[in-house]
Amino acid sequence: MNKHLRIITTAAALSLTAAAVPAFADTTLLNVSYDPTRELYKEVNAAFAKEWKEKTGETVTIEQSHGGSGKQARAVIDGLKADVVTLALEGDIDKVAESGLIDKDWRSRLPDASSPYTSTIVFLVRKGNPKSIKDWDDLVKEGVEVITPNPKTSGGARWNYLAAWAYADQKYGHDEEKNKEFVKKLYKNVPVLDTGARGSTTTFVQRGIGDVLLAWENEAFLALNELGEDKFEIVVPSLSIKAEPPVAVVDKNVDAKGTRKVAEAYLNFLYQPDVQKAIAKNYYRPAEPKYADAKDLARFPDVQLVSVDDPLFGGWKKAQPEHFADGAVFDQIYQPASTN
Amino acid sequence: MAGISGLALKRPSVIPGFGLAFGFALTYLGLIVLIPLGAMVVKAASLGLAGFWDIVTNPRTVAALRLSFVTSLIAAGINAVFGVVIAWVLVRYRFPAKRLLDAFVDLPFALPTAVAGIALTAIYAPNGWIGSWLAPLGIKVAYTPLGILIALVFIGLPFVVRTVQPVLEEFDREIEEAAATLGARRDQTIFRVVLPALIPAILTGFALALARAVGEYGSVIFIAGNIPYVSEIAPLLIVIRLEEFGYAEATAIGTAMLLISFGLLVFVHVVQAWRRRRFGND
Amino acid sequence: MTNLSMAPVPAPAGRGTEVTTETRPVRALLIGIAVAFLALFLLLPLGAVFVEAFRVGASAYFDAISEPDALAAIRLTLIVAAIAVPTNLVFGLAAAWAIAKFEFRGKSLLNALIDLPFSVSPVIAGLIYVLLFGAQGYLGPYLQSHDIQIVFALPGIVLATIFVTVPFVARELVPLMQEQGTQDEEAALSLGASGWQTFFRVTLPNVRWALLYGVVLCNARAMGEFGAVSVVSGHIRGKTNTMPLHVEILYNEYNFAAAFAVASLLALLALFTLIVKATLEWRYAGQIAASRRH
Repeated sequence: MNKHLRIITTAAALSLTAAAVPAFADTTLLNVSYDPTRELYKEVNAAFAKEWKEKTGETVTIEQSHGGSGKQARAVIDGLKADVVTLALEGDIDKVAESGLIDKDWRSRLPDASSPYTSTIVFLVRKGNPKSIKDWDDLVKEGVEVITPNPKTSGGARWNYLAAWAYADQKYGHDEEKNKEFVKKLYKNVPVLDTGARGSTTTFVQRGIGDVLLAWENEAFLALNELGEDKFEIVVPSLSIKAEPPVAVVDKNVDAKGTRKVAEAYLNFLYQPDVQKAIAKNYYRPAEPKYADAKDLARFPDVQLVSVDDPLFGGWKKAQPEHFADGAVFDQIYQPASTN
Repeated sequence: MAGISGLALKRPSVIPGFGLAFGFALTYLGLIVLIPLGAMVVKAASLGLAGFWDIVTNPRTVAALRLSFVTSLIAAGINAVFGVVIAWVLVRYRFPAKRLLDAFVDLPFALPTAVAGIALTAIYAPNGWIGSWLAPLGIKVAYTPLGILIALVFIGLPFVVRTVQPVLEEFDREIEEAAATLGARRDQTIFRVVLPALIPAILTGFALALARAVGEYGSVIFIAGNIPYVSEIAPLLIVIRLEEFGYAEATAIGTAMLLISFGLLVFVHVVQAWRRRRFGND
Repeated sequence: MTNLSMAPVPAPAGRGTEVTTETRPVRALLIGIAVAFLALFLLLPLGAVFVEAFRVGASAYFDAISEPDALAAIRLTLIVAAIAVPTNLVFGLAAAWAIAKFEFRGKSLLNALIDLPFSVSPVIAGLIYVLLFGAQGYLGPYLQSHDIQIVFALPGIVLATIFVTVPFVARELVPLMQEQGTQDEEAALSLGASGWQTFFRVTLPNVRWALLYGVVLCNARAMGEFGAVSVVSGHIRGKTNTMPLHVEILYNEYNFAAAFAVASLLALLALFTLIVKATLEWRYAGQIAASRRH
């Protein structure tokens, strides 16, 4: 047994060293991102590694972590050593900035307010649209099941929520109580609340739950693409939100690791013409549409988009606490009437 | 602690190594288990009693804790009933493939919970193997508290079987014969003679299954639906609070659950002590 | 002391003379209930894993388990188990030695504390390490300034895994070593053996099957832990994803068949565990703890 023990310990030590070696062999960047960008960054990362190698001779590996946007921000604050964060919304990067890891003025460091791509929220319904869902109104009807993730943890879900709010505001003539009533009715129709957008898509697409999925436009297109247009169709509501997922270098981490140069180059790379083209190909709306293929752009429907910077919301700094803080509007709509 | 006199920590013994073994075990437990758990309790304590109370009595927390407990109680109850039947069948009867079945009872201990979670979801989702049969009848399992119950029955299944089995094996058949000789019908013998003797073992298994179920996360989150106030279990709420930067809430709920599991653990030890006193050593 | 020899032979049905068993219909009913319950709750999920894994075909299956991220997850899982299991083995031996061979104050408390991780939610096991070692945690600033990464890296995953698997080896050894008493050791010592010689030549061989039993169960849990590891992992693909976490990621990527393919590897591990466990119970019943001899 003594010998066995020694063998086990040696094996453990050896495998540890084996695991540790590649980490030091070349430059590694960690991109902490939100849920639906998996496919996009797979493509971008490969292209960037190739370009960086050609330009500098250095090998760079980009590691990815995906999850609900709020949850990812939390992990970075708690010590996940991200070089860059590419999250679903400004508020989450602000949270990271508040902890001192990112410069407060991060948004002005890159073009287009640090959002190399934008998107919006559309509906994904089952083929033939059996519940004839046309607009946000149809989501609050009795018997319609809506799939959307938890706004507390998912960035996409916060955009979903704000889009519904914006629609209600326009419809009921800026009456906050009626807006609240509207979103409350909408969330009453939600049977599953996943923590991230990808979880919701899986619930809707794979598990066959719900009549309509509130989805990122790119996620909806991807679902059509991956799973066949014979199963689902996209419905574009009359009004939606202009979702601007931003990116930022995590200053403290890159300075500690000495990766600032490559991290900055990586984010700037997102604005390059051929990457902008790839972004459009992956169903994100590029910040610089002029570089994208016309046929890719033609896929994006024309829809009235409300920005979070609209006076209705007053930007993320105001919208986040008003709607999503503990005990704020979103929590209120979930409380049972008796305890409210 | 008979035999340990005065201030001595241990009774004298010729066997060496107490200091090393005891010291190592205690340090290890301290570093891995006690100090980290203590850190959580300290963090929760920094909220103050009022702050702590506010969080654990928050309606959503209460709903999550209640859901966790009620579903765990029902699951442990189901496992107690079927666990006794399974243990009985495995000990008393002979039938084909019995050994295989016996070995299989431990599957929930060996199968990773995430695997169990996606497998159960694949079975009970409305388009799943069983779910598609139940859906037309209007019965929804996955994404409802019923789904949680199924997952908890799965993970708690071995506990009662494995606590009852050895006791039943060592149960003296002569007592049953005596009861029969004295004119008791078979059902009377079972319910008045055999079952009472199994009660401590059943209770132990029940409490262990309950403790496991209350804390279960991996298998449940895939099948639960995770709707606040409806199908959101307490461990998931801890994760959600943590992900929302709510360290205070997460630690407070965690501490509340820790107190509860500590209570269950004490209960198990009390039952076992009682069993030893009443029925001799196992 | 095997299973079958202990099981009494039921009397032929219909005589009414056998008083300590049930009538044939009752027996059949009970066996039916037990088999149906186990089939519904255990066999069906296990079958589902393999059926779903091969739904798209064998080549997709092998692609899924040989893809780099899957291999990285398998490697990480093996590394974590290779550290957590031996550590807990050493702990189990130390704890069992102290508890079984000595009488001391607080023994029952120590015994109870060993079980504590079984009844603590795995999520809490992850949470406590984030509270201690996270950047915002108690030791965060210190670790930051010394550039030590614990959570969202291998050490955190290992710690969380060790936490949830602490009791396994000790749980098997304590009752057995208590049963065995101290005579063997005392004899060896009186013959002039040193303490370590006694431990390695007398005690260890006496408990080797129970030890293996505990190690197998410990390993299964270490490789399969999800909740605790999920909280401390950081989910970096190809780096801090263990197999169960990789299953979740694939599951969330429309990659159903691949998720079940990786899950099927874990299910095979579970089956392997059960086989070793059952073999030990049947072959070496006398040499594992009393509560396991059934």
